[in-house]
Amino acid sequence: MKFTRTGRHLNLNEGLIFERSSPGRTGYDLPRLDVPAVDLGAALGADNLREPIPGFPEVSEVDVVRHFTRLASWNYSIDAGMYPLGSCTMKYNPRLNERVAGMKGLAESHPLSPESLVQGSLEVLRLLADCLAEISGMDAVSLQPPAGASGELTGILMIRACLSSRGNPRRIVLIPDSAHGTNPASAVIAGYEVQSLKSDSRGCIDLNGLERAMNDEVAALMLTNPNTLGIFEQDIVSIARIVHDRGGLVYMDGANLNALMGITRPGSFGVDVLHINLHKTFSTPHGGGGPGAGPVAVKQVLEPFLPVPTVERREDRSYFLNWDRPDSIGKVKAFYGNFLTLVRALAYILANGAEGLREASQVAILNANYIKHHLRDVYDLPYDEPILHEVVFSSRRQTRNNLTVMDLAKRLMDYGFHPPTVAFPLIVQGALMIEPSETESRQELDQFIHAMRCIAEEADTDPDLLKQAPHSTRVSRLDEVQAARRPVLRWKPDEADEQDS
Amino acid sequence: MRYLSTSAEQQALMLKALGLHSLEDLLTSIPEAIRLRSPLDLPPALSEPELLARFGELEAGNAPRILSFLGAGVNQHFIPLVIDSLCSRGEFLTSYTPYQAEISQGTLQAVFEFQTFICQLTGMEISNASMYDGSSALAEAVLMARRISRRGRVLMARTVHPEYRSVVETVTQHQDLTIQTVDHGDDGRLDPAELEARLGEDVGALVVQSPNFLGNLESLDILADLCRQKGVLLVVNIAELLSLGIVRSPGSVGADIVCGEAQSMGISPGYGGPHLGFLATREKFVRNLPGRLVGQTVDRHGQRGYVLTLATREQHIRREKATSNICTNQNLTALMVTLFCSLLGRKGLRELAIQNVAKVQYGLAALRKLPVDVLFEGPRFNEFVLQLNRPYREVEEKFHSAGVVPGLPLARFDPRLENALLVSITETKSRAEIDRLVELVEAAA
Repeated sequence: MKFTRTGRHLNLNEGLIFERSSPGRTGYDLPRLDVPAVDLGAALGADNLREPIPGFPEVSEVDVVRHFTRLASWNYSIDAGMYPLGSCTMKYNPRLNERVAGMKGLAESHPLSPESLVQGSLEVLRLLADCLAEISGMDAVSLQPPAGASGELTGILMIRACLSSRGNPRRIVLIPDSAHGTNPASAVIAGYEVQSLKSDSRGCIDLNGLERAMNDEVAALMLTNPNTLGIFEQDIVSIARIVHDRGGLVYMDGANLNALMGITRPGSFGVDVLHINLHKTFSTPHGGGGPGAGPVAVKQVLEPFLPVPTVERREDRSYFLNWDRPDSIGKVKAFYGNFLTLVRALAYILANGAEGLREASQVAILNANYIKHHLRDVYDLPYDEPILHEVVFSSRRQTRNNLTVMDLAKRLMDYGFHPPTVAFPLIVQGALMIEPSETESRQELDQFIHAMRCIAEEADTDPDLLKQAPHSTRVSRLDEVQAARRPVLRWKPDEADEQDS
Repeated sequence: MRYLSTSAEQQALMLKALGLHSLEDLLTSIPEAIRLRSPLDLPPALSEPELLARFGELEAGNAPRILSFLGAGVNQHFIPLVIDSLCSRGEFLTSYTPYQAEISQGTLQAVFEFQTFICQLTGMEISNASMYDGSSALAEAVLMARRISRRGRVLMARTVHPEYRSVVETVTQHQDLTIQTVDHGDDGRLDPAELEARLGEDVGALVVQSPNFLGNLESLDILADLCRQKGVLLVVNIAELLSLGIVRSPGSVGADIVCGEAQSMGISPGYGGPHLGFLATREKFVRNLPGRLVGQTVDRHGQRGYVLTLATREQHIRREKATSNICTNQNLTALMVTLFCSLLGRKGLRELAIQNVAKVQYGLAALRKLPVDVLFEGPRFNEFVLQLNRPYREVEEKFHSAGVVPGLPLARFDPRLENALLVSITETKSRAEIDRLVELVEAAA
């Protein structure tokens, strides 16, 4: 392995696990085989056998623990500090959730077990579905979609099935230009054309524009509320009426549900179906990018079309999986959802109760407004409307010196923070989209505000400092162009030899 | 609330700074008419000890200490403790998607290692950073094959996992695709002669699973030859990844896309999820590959580092023109698989796979002496179909009262298999436990 002197701790030089390999080392022990050994050629067919895999590593348990502990030390995490990522709701992930998800009886239950032997697992599913229906004000919930985008697809497929049953699936889905990229991508997979709706000067849906766009070919409006600017669509009741009057349905992206718990419910403002990101609002860990969970909640009108199976209760109070749902869209994931993620979300809801969830939303809103208040004299606010849980600034004042919003973001790492969401939503030039969540204390917010103000000043006085940022991370700014132009997507044994020589 | 860091006193100070009096003052943009007027009707908040007790009750609702021979894509295998210990580290558990590469090198390098492991196992050139699960990976593989081939017909073996087949059907139903099912022959495997007749010019892909849902290895080399002659893409689904510790890789015989489920390698059954889908293919198809990809690059000082790359395929850039609507991988379960492969390594993976073959052969030898049938004799890894002399439901109670689930009744999936069970015997079963199964089958036969 090549050793590069970096002047810092050795763990900055950790290579790939394959490069640690040394013949004969192992990191496991198996019980001795207690049945006769077999002739593999006879059992599997000589043609079907393979040799030991070239390049597969040979390392000890110690090697593995060291290697991955060193890798871990190169990651930022919510345990270490604030993640002000807009529309991502990075909140604290309670360890209690991990403990219950690791309970043997739940973690080891098999999804194809006879129902009488897994009543506990089924009760978890039913209980969570009921809680989410109550929080969202909807009538029924499917926990099957494994992520937000999958929930979107599920919801739009249900809308399509519903409209088809009325005689015409229609052709178009309307999506505001401030929406997440998954919205249009999901609508297309469900067989729809996407028509973009231009936001009005307040950053909200333009009622007149919607009136003009809404016709008998529009299946649904897909909106996010509060939207990606953190603004609650004040005309939501009229918006839903316009869509419903022309026979369309309203889909809500629940990415920003953390602003609404116990305050208002999508079920009360005309939404027919929404997906809920349990890895955002309900505290399940992101794990560096999944697994999450994206349950869908629906009004009665869409209930017949929910994925199979649904979890129901018999008169004798036992739970069962109901596969007998002739109008169902089918299955969107094998089995019943990301069950152990669902367990964690249920633990969060039960730990908070109604009061706790409402307080979480209120403090999330307070925190976002506190940041807005303390940065608005320095950063531009293109849409200066009342906000809920997140605020979107434009960096155009700071990027005059040939800087980009990414330069600001990278510099924030040197101050010990993860950057906010940048360059999204697309309707804001150089967007800095900040969502602190309720997790952050006032002290943490004050430090973040201080860092953002310092960076604004540095953008004027020392733009090069930002251009070269970050300065304090394990690696400096990485060359993304080279990565895409000449993709190296895996390690290969021969390449390693070249590096050694 | 213990998860909040803002006390009432702090809230008051912050509100004062904003020139407000109460938290309600922040909600003026939400119309009065749609505000919730009463508290949510949820169970009362629980303290930590209360919550542990509550989940203890839920856990107890699942029957404890069952001896189970269930597999069918959710396989029971040894999981080294180190996996849980390392995956519980906050830096892995509580980090976000690695869009900001400089402070996510741990995650990115681990994914790069994962992609390499998947390539090594499947014999393919490239792999993405993972997908939701085996079923969604297969749906994405079918859509990918459609994009590459521009042909609208797909032949799908009936012996592909039935849950996967229904997910493929749901996800692809509006994509101008016709999916036709090909039945298996008498030996529980695809019949190449019948297949040849059906592989027309308009067929874009043949989708098979190996070992298939009946436990048999398909003759991938013959199928690959057929596909090559007809210009059809061969998509191979692997629902038991551990089999590739001993079975020849699909890549080595000419598969074009290899996808599947990696739960076998370090992920608990978890009542069906989260598990881990993977998707691997040839280098030339990289622009058609859905999902995230991690690539190697250098920083400003020439140091090696890793980034998410080729994002122009993805929805946050391409929106409605993206290769897929999926915007995440399953990073933490991918890490579990990476750890599993690292710990078991070159020798252990093979040894573990061989133990599975030995255990299943031991069970088969004993069962063949009973008046029951083992159906579809052929090469198999750790599963087989056992035919009882009567419908399983008539004897189910006998097994349950003995604390045993002997396998998965197949009647639900194929009416021709009314008396049949899919039995999985992995290395987790001791000789005595296999003997116990055989004893009960004998009593029930």
